[in-house]
Amino acid sequence: MTTVDWSPIWISLATSVTATAFTLVTGLAAAAWRERRSGPAMALVDGIFLLPLVLPPTVVGFFLLLLFGRNGPIGKLLFRFGATIVFSWPATVIAASIVAFPLMYLTARAALEQVDPQFLQAARTLGASEWRVFREIALPLAWPGVLAGTILSFARALGEFGATLMIAGNIPGKTATIPIAIYFAVEADDIQRAIAWCAIDVVISLALLGGLYYWTNAQGPGRARWARR
Amino acid sequence: MPLEIQIAKALADFALDVSFTTGNSPLSILGPSGAGKSMLLRCIAGLEHPDRGRIVLNDRVLFDSEKSLQLPARERRVGMLFQHYGLFPHYTLGENIAFGLRHLPDDERRRRVEALLERAHIAGLENRYPREVSGGEQQRAALARALAIEPEALLLDEPLSALDTHLRSQMEAQLQEAFEQYAQPALLVTHNIEEAYRLGEQLLVLSRGKVAAFGSKDNIFLNPPSMEVARLTGCKNFSRARAIDGHHIEAVDWNCRLLVSRDVAGSHAYAGIRAHHIHFVESNGDAGTGENIFPGWLVRASETPFRVTLYLHLHQPPGRGGEYHLQAEVTKEKWKRLRDRPLPWQASLSADAIFLVRE
Repeated sequence: MTTVDWSPIWISLATSVTATAFTLVTGLAAAAWRERRSGPAMALVDGIFLLPLVLPPTVVGFFLLLLFGRNGPIGKLLFRFGATIVFSWPATVIAASIVAFPLMYLTARAALEQVDPQFLQAARTLGASEWRVFREIALPLAWPGVLAGTILSFARALGEFGATLMIAGNIPGKTATIPIAIYFAVEADDIQRAIAWCAIDVVISLALLGGLYYWTNAQGPGRARWARR
Repeated sequence: MPLEIQIAKALADFALDVSFTTGNSPLSILGPSGAGKSMLLRCIAGLEHPDRGRIVLNDRVLFDSEKSLQLPARERRVGMLFQHYGLFPHYTLGENIAFGLRHLPDDERRRRVEALLERAHIAGLENRYPREVSGGEQQRAALARALAIEPEALLLDEPLSALDTHLRSQMEAQLQEAFEQYAQPALLVTHNIEEAYRLGEQLLVLSRGKVAAFGSKDNIFLNPPSMEVARLTGCKNFSRARAIDGHHIEAVDWNCRLLVSRDVAGSHAYAGIRAHHIHFVESNGDAGTGENIFPGWLVRASETPFRVTLYLHLHQPPGRGGEYHLQAEVTKEKWKRLRDRPLPWQASLSADAIFLVRE
């Protein structure tokens, strides 16, 4: 090993954080939107939202390639503005967001559903707009569940491999995340490098999840006083 | 009238179909569980939408199905006190009360919250979270929060049912006080007969979604329009009845002839008398000679702390089955005097207390 390329660490972290932020917003919005609706059409909506969880990541990646590729509907449109998504860093974010989305959506929906509707109704009779009801009542009461969804999404985004490889490839310094670096190290028979990356991945995952766990359990006594058993 | 309601809504196994108007005084809505009482309140508050009808509050149309008008709950200015209070658990009592006052400047809002805390007798608790205070204090805060928005009508959904007996009478007094100061339409839903009577000036009896009785509470208790209303307002004694002449009926199930003061004309099918209206003649001199006085044998007695319910068999000693004709209710003192006297006792069914209903 001559000079070590540390870039997969930063690429992995930047991708996961961006994808998690993206999923938090879209997953929460989708869950809040879906919670107010019912009917047979919603079963289809649920199916579509959960598809990335069920399909093999390579299939998700292939679909994304078809969509964002030079001849795909989105790819064509972006190309007209001089942008190419495929095999660029944003492609890693898109892949990680799509595969992490169902976890955020599912957990957020479960969390919002278990908020006692009496609180929301009380807020409405007190003159609160629907946005205020969501922002000040539903979201804080569902927060522990939403946080769990965020952690799950982050974990899933950090471990993403298949879809990323399909749409973003292995471009060192641009799209090569830790899982991809491991795969290509093994393929190149560089077992030592593979082991090193695996160790780094374990350390990063443990540190981040442990840190998140610690942070969510120690949000200061003042704010958590209402929820203490 | 300040509040006019006329709504219909299909529910799972019956239809809610009510119309009434009410003034600036508390109205008790009495009915068994599942009669549609809470649904009625929720329709007025805008939390549920009726299928048809019209709701008008102080000339403001809150709901009108013909004009497809449906004011959202936040614009109705209708205060609601929920059965389990619905205090936001992540806000302090002060923040809860301030929730509906967001539009006010900071110092004005603080002044209002302080005044409301004071009035609800929970000053000093504004920094506590709901789960850190007692059930009674939670209820006071919830009432203060509902009144904070200066609602044009106040709806209370079983406000006392979650409290224990001791707190209940205390809170009842407080509600009465609040009603006096409030002087706007207040609707109180309950299945407790005494609570309904004490807190409401007017009474509405709801049964399977329909108004079974509506009007002055005294009149409904004295002259219930139907057997169902009599039952729902706590009457225990009924007998099939046949008119004999203008003033007398034959009470078939009680096996006797009764003088009644109500108009017998018309085809009344049943006679009824409330348990506490049955008296016992204590002097032995002219026992059994007056009108509506019958010998009664005690089948069994059921004691509560202050009152005793006596199950009576009229005319002859009861059989082994424990069957009885009437339930009478007497005070503990009366019971102490009565219980050692020899049977039969002379039970008096006052003509003024006997009411007649068609069904």
